[in-house]
Amino acid sequence: MSAVPVGGSLSKAFFALLRRDLLLAFRRRTELLFPVIFLLVVVSLFPLGIGPGPQLLARIAPGVIWIAALLATVISLDGLFRSDFEDGTMEQFVISGHPLTLISLAKIVAHWLVAGLPIVLLSPLLALWMNLPLESLKVMIMTLVLGTPILSLIGSIGVGLTISLKRGGQLLSLLVFPLYVPILIIATAAVMAASDSLPYMQFLGLLLAGLITSLTLAPFAAASALKISLS
Amino acid sequence: MNSNTIKKTKPRKNALVMFIHKMGSPPWFYQFTGKFIPWFWLIFGVLTVWGLYLGLVKVPADYLQGESFRIMYLHVPAAWISMLIYSLMAVMGFIALVWRIRIVEILAMCSAPIGAAFTIVTLTAGSLWGRPTWGTYWVWDARLTSELVLLFLYLGVIGLYNSIDEPRKAARAACLLALVGAVNLPIIHYSVKWWNTLHQGSSISLTGGSSIDSSMLWPLLIMAIATKFYYAANLLTRSRVKLLEQDIRKSWVREILREKS
Repeated sequence: MSAVPVGGSLSKAFFALLRRDLLLAFRRRTELLFPVIFLLVVVSLFPLGIGPGPQLLARIAPGVIWIAALLATVISLDGLFRSDFEDGTMEQFVISGHPLTLISLAKIVAHWLVAGLPIVLLSPLLALWMNLPLESLKVMIMTLVLGTPILSLIGSIGVGLTISLKRGGQLLSLLVFPLYVPILIIATAAVMAASDSLPYMQFLGLLLAGLITSLTLAPFAAASALKISLS
Repeated sequence: MNSNTIKKTKPRKNALVMFIHKMGSPPWFYQFTGKFIPWFWLIFGVLTVWGLYLGLVKVPADYLQGESFRIMYLHVPAAWISMLIYSLMAVMGFIALVWRIRIVEILAMCSAPIGAAFTIVTLTAGSLWGRPTWGTYWVWDARLTSELVLLFLYLGVIGLYNSIDEPRKAARAACLLALVGAVNLPIIHYSVKWWNTLHQGSSISLTGGSSIDSSMLWPLLIMAIATKFYYAANLLTRSRVKLLEQDIRKSWVREILREKS
C-alpha cells in the first residue's frame, strides 16, 4: 500500500489544516476565551492573596505571570486533539497519507495562535496589575513569545498520550508540568535579570534554543503518541 | 542444488542472540529468572546488613557533621539508583517501542514504582539529614529539587500506565513518556542546578580523587551495590507477577499453576 497524499503538496495540507483549525476555533468564540479569562483571574488572585504592596508584587510578577501562563496553556491543551479524536477525524488524518507529524505541527501552530498568542497580547495588562516595571515588560513579552510555543509543543506530546482517556485533562497536568520546569526557570530568570538591570540576552538565547529543539522534535513525539493512542 | 546452498548460508545464531531471543518468550523468561531471584534477594540482604553495620556502627563519626552524616549511607545510594532506574527505564522503553518486545515493556513499567520509591527514600533521608545540618527539613536546593521533579516524572509514567486499560497500549504510551522525560531530564537537571547552588559540592567523583576517607567510602559502595541487587530482585519479582497476571489464560501459566497446587 503506497501512501500517496490525496490532495497536493505538504505545505498545502499544512495550511489547509491550519486554516480549518483556526476557523473552527473562531466559530466557538466563547470556548476560546476560557483560558484567557482563566489567566486573568489567576493573576488577579495573587495580589488578593499576598497583599497589594507594589514592591512585593513587582518582585513576584515574572513568576506569577509565567505560572498563570503554564496553567492557562494546560487548560487549553486538552482541546488540541480532543474533538478530532472523538469524531474520528484523527483516523481520517492518519489514513490521508500525509505524515502525522505534519498534521500535529499544524494543529500545534493553530493551538499557539489561539491559546498562546492571547497570553502574549495580554501580558502588558498583567504586568500593569503586577506592577512590573516597563523595561522588564519588554523582556517579559520576549520570553512569552519564545516560551509559549514551547509549552504548546511539549504539551502536544502529553495530549497525544492522554487523548484516549476520558479524564485525560487531570493526568495531563501531571505529565507536562515537570517538563515545563526548565522553561519556567529560564524565562523568569530573564525577566528578573532585566528587573535588576543585569544582562538577559543569554536567557533569551536559551529559550530560542529550546524553541528550535522542541519545534524539531516534539511534533514527531506527538505523532507517535497519537499513533499509540489510536491503536 | 539451489536448496542446498540456501541451507548452508542460513545465518548461524550465536549463543548471545539465541539467549536474547529466548528471553523474549514469557515461559522461558519466567523459568529462567525464577532461578536468580532468591540469590538476588540473598545477596541484597547480606550486602545491606554488612554495609549498614560498617556505615552505622564501624565508621567513626564525622568531625564536622557528627553522627548525622550516617544518613548518607541510605541517601546517596538511593539517589544514585533512582537516577539509574530512570535511565534504564528509558532505554527499555526505547527497546519496547522499537522492537515491541512484551517482556521489555513489562520490565520498563515495573521499574517505575521501584524508582519512585527510591526517590521518596532519597527525599525523606535528605530532609532528615537537612534538619541537623542546614537547620531545616526542606531547602529548595538544586539536588533536592531535581529529585522532586524526578519523582513527578516517575508518577507521571505510573499514572499514565495505570490509566489506560489495555496493558500493551498503556505500556507503549508510558514508555514514550519515559523517553520524552529522559530527553528532558538533563535539561531539567542543569536548569535546576544553575537556578540554585546552595547544596555542598559533590564529594565523590569517578574521575578525580574523592574527598572522603576510604573507610567512609567502603560502606557507601557496598550499599550502592546492594541497592542494585534490590532493584534486580524486586524488578524480576514484579515482572513475573505481571506476566502471570497478563497471561492468566495462556496454557503455560495454567501449567505452572497446576504444578504449584
